[in-house]
Amino acid sequence: MGEKPKLKVTLLTGRTIEQGVGKELGKATKEYAESVSICYMDPEDMKKLGVKDGTNIQVSTAFGSVVVKAKKSLRAPHPSVIYIPYGPWANAIVNPETHGIGMPSFKGVPATVEPAPDKPVLGLEELLKQQFRKG
Amino acid sequence: MQVVKAVTCPVCGSLCDDIELTVENGQIVKVKNGCAMCEAKFLGHRGEHRILKPLIRKNGELVETTLEEAVKRAAEILAGANYPVLYGWSSTSCEATSVGIELAEEVGGVIDNTAVVCHGPSLLSVQDVGISSCTLGQIRHRADLIIYWGCDPWSAHPRHIERYTAFSEGRFEKSAWRNYVAKIKALVGRKKIQSTVKRLVLKKPPEIKARLEPTFIPSIMKEGRKLIVIDVRRTKTAEMADFFVQVEPNKDYELLQAFRALIRDQELEVDSVAGVPVQYLEEVADAMVNCDFGALFFGLGLTMSGAKLRNIDAALSLVRDLNMRTKFIIMPMRGHFNVTGANTVFTWQTGYPYAVDFSLGYPRYNPGETSVVDVLLRGESDAALIVASDPVSNFPRKAAEHLVKNPLIYIGPHMDVTAQVADVVIPSALVGVEASGTAYRMDHVPIPLKKVVDPPKGVLPDEEILTRILAEVRKIKSEKAEAA
Repeated sequence: MGEKPKLKVTLLTGRTIEQGVGKELGKATKEYAESVSICYMDPEDMKKLGVKDGTNIQVSTAFGSVVVKAKKSLRAPHPSVIYIPYGPWANAIVNPETHGIGMPSFKGVPATVEPAPDKPVLGLEELLKQQFRKG
Repeated sequence: MQVVKAVTCPVCGSLCDDIELTVENGQIVKVKNGCAMCEAKFLGHRGEHRILKPLIRKNGELVETTLEEAVKRAAEILAGANYPVLYGWSSTSCEATSVGIELAEEVGGVIDNTAVVCHGPSLLSVQDVGISSCTLGQIRHRADLIIYWGCDPWSAHPRHIERYTAFSEGRFEKSAWRNYVAKIKALVGRKKIQSTVKRLVLKKPPEIKARLEPTFIPSIMKEGRKLIVIDVRRTKTAEMADFFVQVEPNKDYELLQAFRALIRDQELEVDSVAGVPVQYLEEVADAMVNCDFGALFFGLGLTMSGAKLRNIDAALSLVRDLNMRTKFIIMPMRGHFNVTGANTVFTWQTGYPYAVDFSLGYPRYNPGETSVVDVLLRGESDAALIVASDPVSNFPRKAAEHLVKNPLIYIGPHMDVTAQVADVVIPSALVGVEASGTAYRMDHVPIPLKKVVDPPKGVLPDEEILTRILAEVRKIKSEKAEAA
């Protein structure tokens, strides 16, 4: 069996208008979960990984790993840069270290991406249970 | 049916104050002038995810309780803690924040606002370097060069460009909106030609492809207002820009310093900086120097990546250098509607804008030590009060983990992620919708927020809830003192 394809990337997080609308509608809504449990990728990178729009992928950093849905980026080209909107999914894997100034590294975190079509994207409640055993 | 005009939108730091709401039977049914987020907030004020009754965690489950019981439990937790964290404040009124600081002093805790994970580094840099600033009105009327660096207002501050910068109709500067429409039409036309050619010629001969490539005309040389976007991705805002510079992730610092060299007429002895050809940079530097009034807006693309506060140092210094040649200002794009107000009220009452520690009885400020994420990462806090914010959702997992381990009190209108894992949940009225108050716009202009509709029955504003908790804490402490 061949090695599973893996891609070394830089992870960015931030706002999207969908995330903005989702958070105002309520964090427990489907709209919110759908707007932040996704990962925008460069179409060329998706080809390299062999994933399609909507395929589940696993994004891992030195601080954790999370399964999200791959989405074709409308903002391409940005090779080797992936974008996950702010939220519990992104924050499961960003760098908490504040380097002495109080600000964690939410952007520019080295990460690897691999296809994970068999692993589910957790819902908010399951994610909270898995992370904090509460909720 | 009643129409309320000139309502201020309590979503982002732009605080658009021209919203028109139609109210029917105590509910907002129509929003005029607002962006998508504004509509979602006003129309969703009675959504299914509102919390209507106070909740307390019993045997692992959140169960309904009375307001008195919830306030009492919250006060007990705070009064009994050695080092509680009081966090949030950026999505509530200045008046509520003021009571919150009093409470923090009373319980000897650390009080911090969301600036710590957004423009905290900017505040540190402003303290070091200083800032050249003005109001958004000045920019609207006079700025002929707008730069957005590491921010995407189209997504985070949707009406910023239209109300205050490139697409606003100022007294001395005209809106660049028509140019943008012309550009979009040209793009659509080109795409149509491309698809027609594709249909007619299945295997595209290379010479046709070459002819179809857009010829690069730097529109940076155009007359009138110019919009430049510098970002790691081609954001929606970048698509609107006259000139887009795509910088490599974590390389903003190099680019800023390259600009500083260029506007001092120094030659760069490299071909490219941060992945951008020097030729492009020279054009942007020329535009910066040759404008009459430039405005640089920067976002979390600078504060959260790579050099963090050193990025802001460089940006502030760049603007300082530019002021030797022309008029230039710089402004952070503030996210929550009252994060600027939280910083201001904190500074009035404690001397510091965020990350204030009262554990020694007087305010101490040392971001990196007294900032909430660091306190949580070191596992030092033993209770937490969260007001109008959702740190369990917005903090890195490792920091949120300790927060969830603490007895956690949540005051807010929605069943947020933090509310779902909290031990005491007290619902509050939405400031700017169901409660009045004051908020500070991103340019430090205070703007009153209106009460448009009544809150759900029994739901109080943050200020009132905090006042009650503070009174209860004082009662518990005096009883303890008497007993001792």
